[in-house]
Amino acid sequence: MAILLSQLFTGLSVGSILLLIALGLTFTFGQMNVINMAHGEFIMAGAYTSYVLQNTMGESLAGPSLLASLVVAFVVAGTMGLILEVVLIRHLYGRPLDTLLVTWGVSLMLQQVARDIFGAPNVQTTAPAWLDGGVDIRGVTLPYARLFIMAVVVVAVVGIWVFLNRSSQGRRMRAVMQNRELAGSSGIRTRAVDRRTFFIGSGLAGVAGVAVTLLGSVGPTLGTNYIVDAFLVVIVGGLGQLRGAILAAFSLGALNAFVEYYSHASAAKVVVFVAIVAFLQIRPQGMFVLRTRSLT
Amino acid sequence: MRNGARRRGARIVAVLALASLTVTAAAYSSGSKQSAGTIKVGILHSLSGTMAISEVSVKDAELLAISEINAKGGVLGKKLVPVIEDGASDWPTFAEKAQKLISVDKVATVFGGWTSASRKAMLPVFEKNKALLWYPVQYEGLEASPYIFYSGATTNQQIIPGLDYLKAKGLKKVFLVGSDYVFPRTANKEIKAYAKANGITIVGEEYTPLGATEYGTLINKLKAAKPQAVFNTLNGDSNVAFFKQLRSVGITPKQMPVVSVSVAEEEVRGIGTANIAGHLTAWNYYQTTKNPANKKFVAAYKAKYGKSRVTDDPIEAGYTQVYLWAAAVKKAGTTNVEAVKKAAGGITFMAPEGKVTIDGSNHHLYKTARIGVILKSGLIKEVWNSGHPIKPDPFLKGYAWAKGLS
Repeated sequence: MAILLSQLFTGLSVGSILLLIALGLTFTFGQMNVINMAHGEFIMAGAYTSYVLQNTMGESLAGPSLLASLVVAFVVAGTMGLILEVVLIRHLYGRPLDTLLVTWGVSLMLQQVARDIFGAPNVQTTAPAWLDGGVDIRGVTLPYARLFIMAVVVVAVVGIWVFLNRSSQGRRMRAVMQNRELAGSSGIRTRAVDRRTFFIGSGLAGVAGVAVTLLGSVGPTLGTNYIVDAFLVVIVGGLGQLRGAILAAFSLGALNAFVEYYSHASAAKVVVFVAIVAFLQIRPQGMFVLRTRSLT
Repeated sequence: MRNGARRRGARIVAVLALASLTVTAAAYSSGSKQSAGTIKVGILHSLSGTMAISEVSVKDAELLAISEINAKGGVLGKKLVPVIEDGASDWPTFAEKAQKLISVDKVATVFGGWTSASRKAMLPVFEKNKALLWYPVQYEGLEASPYIFYSGATTNQQIIPGLDYLKAKGLKKVFLVGSDYVFPRTANKEIKAYAKANGITIVGEEYTPLGATEYGTLINKLKAAKPQAVFNTLNGDSNVAFFKQLRSVGITPKQMPVVSVSVAEEEVRGIGTANIAGHLTAWNYYQTTKNPANKKFVAAYKAKYGKSRVTDDPIEAGYTQVYLWAAAVKKAGTTNVEAVKKAAGGITFMAPEGKVTIDGSNHHLYKTARIGVILKSGLIKEVWNSGHPIKPDPFLKGYAWAKGLS
């Protein structure tokens, strides 16, 4: 029973990490249809932001620096995304293959830049004392670090939901994604909305980067470990669907945790991929579909 | 008119072809000629990609040895000139770059590789071209190419002493954790054979893909199996995630020590000393190893690359193998590969890890095994050593339980 519960918790935790890294992509890939292979490097940038902040503020302030880096990483990664959008991606809208290749190149460049700035060896951040250890519930240890990541995910999801549904900015964003021409002719400046969407999507990758430093190390290739999973979550969930991404992330997390427990990690990866392929055969559009009246 | 144009076209093509031929020939002749007074040596490590974390430091150590040798007048009165190539953490690239170093740069020898996969990719290239490779990392054994010298430990100099140590401490329920590729799988095959013969129970065996960062499930399995110790052959970044997550569920080294064979001082820095302090490692060298050669080596390495840098086993092996090759060339009086191979057997060197000797029959080194405990400072303190350099036995012929392994 304890094992079942702790596996359930592991599944939830894996799901929450998947969701966090995929949240940004639900904007840039899900809503704007930009295949941004450099998204993983924004995650990496967020992780390095956390490392730099901790080093400047000192290890004794690990707690405040962690909280501050959530905000700073959002801005840093968001700005990187904004620059990428303005300089390259806006010239490539509607050319998915070119976008894929160009952003793949950008991703390799960013990795090498990180290697040149921070050195090839991985670096690490120290978790603040209040994230050390965990809480014991009926023999199941829930590490504080994982609970903290879940809390970050909840805050991020609620924040995004409120932003998209309650703010005028968010409404404009949804309008442009659903029908660009109509939104444009109603007076929305679609280019400005594109930039903003890209900023937010990339910024969320930065936040994810800060969170994953609590579980692993920070290195130039950090993003490549996560990018494929992030795309899978968005595709399985259905493009541009927040609730789809949530459901997909937690299903994949739980599936992975339970298959791994009863077999092996490598086998779990295979089973999850096979399940995704099979699922997309039945429902190529993903779990949820965006319904619009546009003709395209 | 048309005819004339065609002829002119043909002439242009002929000139172009001739020109390109001359250029190629020039490139070849300049490549093949060891310009008087220098010897080219190849250095082939991953300077980019996931393995760069480990291999860049080994390249640095090899360059340090080369510059020290050059400062003392070089080899056979000639200065060594390193030709550095990037294997890019990609095994076919290692084979390609090895071929390039051999046939275009005409290097006298190559120092390089880290993962067993990269070595296995380069092996046929060196055997086909009858060229020399020096490989500086501990590995799974069961190999002895006539064109490779193995300056890292084979299993009976690292993994078996590690198991002997656990057995002596009375820790007889062991869990195996490893990355999913050739080294951990082969090493664990040997460990299981050893365990069977020595009354150790293997209570679990788990592999995760290279680069995996999610260890929640694996740690739950660990907790359910309740081993007395964990034998860890994880490689690369995965170690960080594993040790961080192990600590976050409250498992301490006292309850369940983890013996790692791929975590050295360099990796400890990346893992975070708080996460790993108290756990054990098995190697042949630590930065804290006490002897005059090591004192000099650590000081020189830090002077050249910065005070914050650390030395560790593969770094030391990279440094040592350059000296071993140089000694073999001096003994042979030439850089000719066959002559160097013949001269290498029996060569002894006072390395930072202590005395090492090349075993001419299998191209491995006699090395002293050392078990260490990781300190809060990030350095590793030796708690046991084999007392004398152990004869390399890559095919484990001297162990009855190893029959049938290959």
